[in-house]
Amino acid sequence: MGCDQWGTKLDTYLDGELSGDEMRAFDAHVRDCPACAADALARVQMKRMVQNAGKRFVPSAEFRRKMLTKTSRRPRFAAWAWAAVALLLLVGLSLAYVGQQRSRRTHLFSELADLHVATMASANPIDVASSDRHTVKPWFQGKIPFSFNLPELQNSEFTLIGGRVAYLNQTPGAQLIYQIRQHRISVFVFQDRALPDGLASDSRVRQQLSFNQKTFDEGGLRFFLVGDSSADDISRLAELLEKAQQP
Amino acid sequence: MFEELAMPLFDQLFNFAHWMAQNREEAEDLVQETYAKALRGFSSFQPGTNFRAWMYRILRNTFLTSRTGLQATRTVPFEDEDGAEIAVADSGTPEAILIERSNQQLVQDAIAELPVKAREILLLCEVEEMSYQEIAETLSIPIGTVMSRLSRSRKALREILAQKLKKS
Repeated sequence: MGCDQWGTKLDTYLDGELSGDEMRAFDAHVRDCPACAADALARVQMKRMVQNAGKRFVPSAEFRRKMLTKTSRRPRFAAWAWAAVALLLLVGLSLAYVGQQRSRRTHLFSELADLHVATMASANPIDVASSDRHTVKPWFQGKIPFSFNLPELQNSEFTLIGGRVAYLNQTPGAQLIYQIRQHRISVFVFQDRALPDGLASDSRVRQQLSFNQKTFDEGGLRFFLVGDSSADDISRLAELLEKAQQP
Repeated sequence: MFEELAMPLFDQLFNFAHWMAQNREEAEDLVQETYAKALRGFSSFQPGTNFRAWMYRILRNTFLTSRTGLQATRTVPFEDEDGAEIAVADSGTPEAILIERSNQQLVQDAIAELPVKAREILLLCEVEEMSYQEIAETLSIPIGTVMSRLSRSRKALREILAQKLKKS
C-alpha cells in the first residue's frame, strides 16, 4: 500500500477506528515512512488543538442550580402527597386516641360490674342499711371526700336499700344499692377528676357482661349505674339521681 | 434514575449547545428544553442503548428546529458527498504546527466560522471523543457519512485557519 492510500485512512487511523490488523499495519508504516509520520503528527496536534479550544463554555452556577432543581423532582413528594400523609397520620392518631379511650372506658365498666357482682355476692352487701335517704347520706360524711344528694323515692318503684364505701382507681366513692322489683342496681358516685377522661361523651345505656350500665356527670361528680334490670329502669333511676343533684 | 444519567452530561451538553447557538442565553434555553424533553420521553428510552447519543440527538434536533438553527443551516450549506470517496487529505499541514504556538482564540474563531454540520461533527469527535458509531447514532447518519463529513470538516477547518494565519 502506497503513501497515498495510507493518507486517505490517516484520520481514521488517528481516530482509532481502523480494524486491529489495519492498525498494526499502519503503525508499522508510520514508523518507516517519515512523510506519513510528519503528517500524522501534524494531525494529532490539530486534534489536540480542536479538543482544547472546543472545551470553551462553562454553565453558570445559577443555571446549574436551576437545572439541578428541575431534574431532581424524583425524590420529592408533591405537596398533595404530604397533605395526604399528614391526614393519614391525623386519622391514625385520632383512631388510636379513640381506641385508647374506649379501652379505658371498657376497663372501667368491667371493674364496676365486678364491684357490683362482688357486692351482690357478699354476705354483708351494705354497710349502712336503710330505706331512708336521711340515714344513708349522713353515713358517708367523713368516709368520702365529697357529698351528694339522693332523690325522693316516694312516688317511684325504686327503693334505696343501703350503701357502702367503694374504691375505684384508688379513690374512695359511694356505692348505693337500689331495688326495683327483684332487681338490684348499684349506683357508684366518684369525683369526676379522679377518673379517666372520655366518659362524658357516652350517655347511652351500655350492656356489658349482661349488665346494663349508664353513666353521667353532674356537679363534678360521676355517677355509674350497674344492674341486671332493664335499660329503661336504669335510665329512669339515672334521671332521678341527676335531677336530685341539680340545685 | 434520570437525574443520575443526565446530570453528569450537563457541562458537556451546555458546551455543545453554546457552540451550536453561539450565544449563552440561547444555549441555556436549549439545554433546558433538552432536559425537559428527555425527562418527558425518558420512559421511551431503552436501557442498554446509548444514553449520551440520545441526549445529544435531542439537543441537536432542538437546535435545528430553533430559529437560530434554521437560520444557520439555511445560510451556510455544507453538503455531504455520501458514497463519494473520502477526499485525500492534504499532505503536510505546516499551519497546524504554527498555530499550536499561537493562541487558542484563533482556533476557537475558526471553529465558530465552520458551517453547523462541520462544527458539530468535529466537536462530537474531538471534544466529546465519540466513536464513529456514536456520532452516527447522534446525527442519525450512516458511518460512511460520518467519515466523509469528518474529513471534509477537518479540511474546512484547516483552510479557515490558513486564511486567518495569512491575515495575521
